[in-house]
Amino acid sequence: MSASVHIRGGRVLCPAQGIDRSTDVFVGDGRILALGEPPEGFHAGRTLDARGLLVLPGLVDLGTNLREPGARHKADIVSELRAAAASGITTVCASPATRPAVDNTAVLELVQGQAHKAGASRLVPLGALTAGLDGEHLSQMAALKRAGCVAVSDGGQPVANTLVLRRALEYAATHDLPVMVTPQDPDLTRGSSMHEGWMATRLGIAGIPVAAETVALARTLALVEETGARVHFMRLSSTRGAELVARARRDGLPVSADVAMHQLFLTEMDASGYSTTANVLPPLRGERDRAALRQAVADGVIQAVCSDHQPHDADAKAVPFVAAEPGVSGLDTLLALALRLEDEGALPLLTAVERVTSGPAALLGLPGGTLRPGAPADICLVDPRAPWWVTPEALFSRGRNTPFGGWELTGRVRHTLVDGTPVYPEETAPA
Amino acid sequence: MSRRDIQLDDQGRLRHFLTTEGLPRDLLERILDTAASFTGVIEKSIKTVPLLRGRTVMNLFFEASTRTRTTFELAAKRLSADVLNLDMGSSSAVKGESLLDTLRNLEAMQCDMFVVRHADSGAAHFIAEHVGDDVAVVNAGDGRHAHPTQAMLDMYTIRRHKGDFEPLRVAIVGDILHSRVARSQIHALNGLGAGEVRVVAPRTLLPRDVERLGVHVYHEIEAGLRDVDVVITLRLQRERMQGALLPSEQEYYQLYGISRERLALAAPDAIVMHPGPINRGVEIESAVADGPHSVILNQVTNGIAVRMAVMSMCLEGRGSRAEEDE
Repeated sequence: MSASVHIRGGRVLCPAQGIDRSTDVFVGDGRILALGEPPEGFHAGRTLDARGLLVLPGLVDLGTNLREPGARHKADIVSELRAAAASGITTVCASPATRPAVDNTAVLELVQGQAHKAGASRLVPLGALTAGLDGEHLSQMAALKRAGCVAVSDGGQPVANTLVLRRALEYAATHDLPVMVTPQDPDLTRGSSMHEGWMATRLGIAGIPVAAETVALARTLALVEETGARVHFMRLSSTRGAELVARARRDGLPVSADVAMHQLFLTEMDASGYSTTANVLPPLRGERDRAALRQAVADGVIQAVCSDHQPHDADAKAVPFVAAEPGVSGLDTLLALALRLEDEGALPLLTAVERVTSGPAALLGLPGGTLRPGAPADICLVDPRAPWWVTPEALFSRGRNTPFGGWELTGRVRHTLVDGTPVYPEETAPA
Repeated sequence: MSRRDIQLDDQGRLRHFLTTEGLPRDLLERILDTAASFTGVIEKSIKTVPLLRGRTVMNLFFEASTRTRTTFELAAKRLSADVLNLDMGSSSAVKGESLLDTLRNLEAMQCDMFVVRHADSGAAHFIAEHVGDDVAVVNAGDGRHAHPTQAMLDMYTIRRHKGDFEPLRVAIVGDILHSRVARSQIHALNGLGAGEVRVVAPRTLLPRDVERLGVHVYHEIEAGLRDVDVVITLRLQRERMQGALLPSEQEYYQLYGISRERLALAAPDAIVMHPGPINRGVEIESAVADGPHSVILNQVTNGIAVRMAVMSMCLEGRGSRAEEDE
């Protein structure tokens, strides 16, 4: 059991409660006890001076790849959960796309065991939608759910066979599991990782059309209409994609969507000069897409912004563009970029925080993402004015593949608590 | 570090030759002028000049191409350089060694220049970014991206026959989508101030937003060839029938083949070019390929002079690595 904590004098932002004011937070037994006045008989085992800092619910990240088991040369659960803690992310939804995939309880237990060892941020496991993510056989969803999976996911490997997808949605709905789907038509995507546009034409690289996203969305939406399954679309990339999701939500379909944070800041132009850090899937698209995605986040068509964390070893990116493995190392920059969305006038601060805390938590029914009394004391204290230069070496993640190298961001995490226990900085707490 | 300038040094001289895109007009013209001076050398009985004596050029061909490699080899030898040919297709690259490791090993051999052919777009850029300062990289074709020496020899051929670029209408016909030659030609033609550059192809063989490269797009060959001074037809790869890009060679020839009747739509003194090797009866009628308008064979001869020009310009003003070590 963790000691009681008094967080004093910070600017407390809790979108779930609509709170943005300077106040104190009281924590005990691993939970939020109260905001404002201490509960009766409260005795602070520890006081954190939060004057000049933002006090936020710990961030909830829907899209992370921790690489373990199967690719520990890139990263591992312990390293990445600690990086998450240092980045203010207290809940990490781990992709089932490991080797072997999280499609049975044995792998799930291994993952959970490693997460426990990390003593850092909490890991929320996502189960594989199909066995081995093969797109052909159903995974043991009921067993996965009993063992702690909150949703099933295609892990970035879309199910090509429409009949299998339909059955998977039906089966998941039977067990009341949300299904996380990557809207990407495999035939229109294969062999490329650049938007089909001007930059791809210039660089002589095969392009991925926007239709790769819209075709897949339309197909899945048709199946949602028939099955009533609760579907979450992962990583939108285009104006048209966001429009399709908006329309489906207006029509009352039980669908939601997220976007990778880098999609709100980068475009196809960032791949100029064959920069492999800009090799991502779905690809970085045009300036208009970027603006439309920001608008969709502001409007709530997109309810969550995630890191889409895909740490890589140096070799995976030290190759010509087309041979590089896609993905960015996104944990370290998630929070500072969320704050930057407000700086750039894209979103009010409370909305920006909402999309990385209570927004994603609500989608999967997770208890975190809020400072409501009774909730787990997952809290992040940020200095919103502290500047830092993004360099690959400065990242806490083992993955150095950031496309934001050379950017100056503001917002550094000072303290992270999970269940009321300090997980960052790693310290021997004063008595 | 500006990636845009990777090809040029502080004084605007050529460091590497990776693409024709973004090169200033005077530099493009200097390549052609230098090539012209070498044409004299080639046509004389003494076939070498000592410009690259003591230098070592390494041909790194990750993708097989006997023709291109041979012209680079000849060009280097006529500049008195030592030449090493590495057929990477049958070498360590196949055994899983990374391109970066291969490069490190080859650099230890103290070469002054890598001539690189690779199936991945951007491979030559990648190598240029990772070699030491004293190694020049010449792109001999990377994926669909660029084949700048081929484009410059085509420019050389055009200038020999037509003189000034400004009044010229040029049509490039065929598989623009997959063609590194076409991209490099388009950039070179626009850089040299050509009056109008057209591309002529079905939609399946054109890349997205191609008009932003500075071309007019035609889908009908008759309209595309009308009044042009230069017709460049591209080789049609057989595998294009597999990817559902075209129904058949026959249909392609019917719609886009350069026949005598179609050529009659072009300017009376139009020239016809092809980067080779030719598929007779697929992209071009034999009578045109061998006819009075064709300059296809001249292109091969000019290739040596242009490659000599590019190689000597890239190493101009750089000390030889062998000398520095002494």
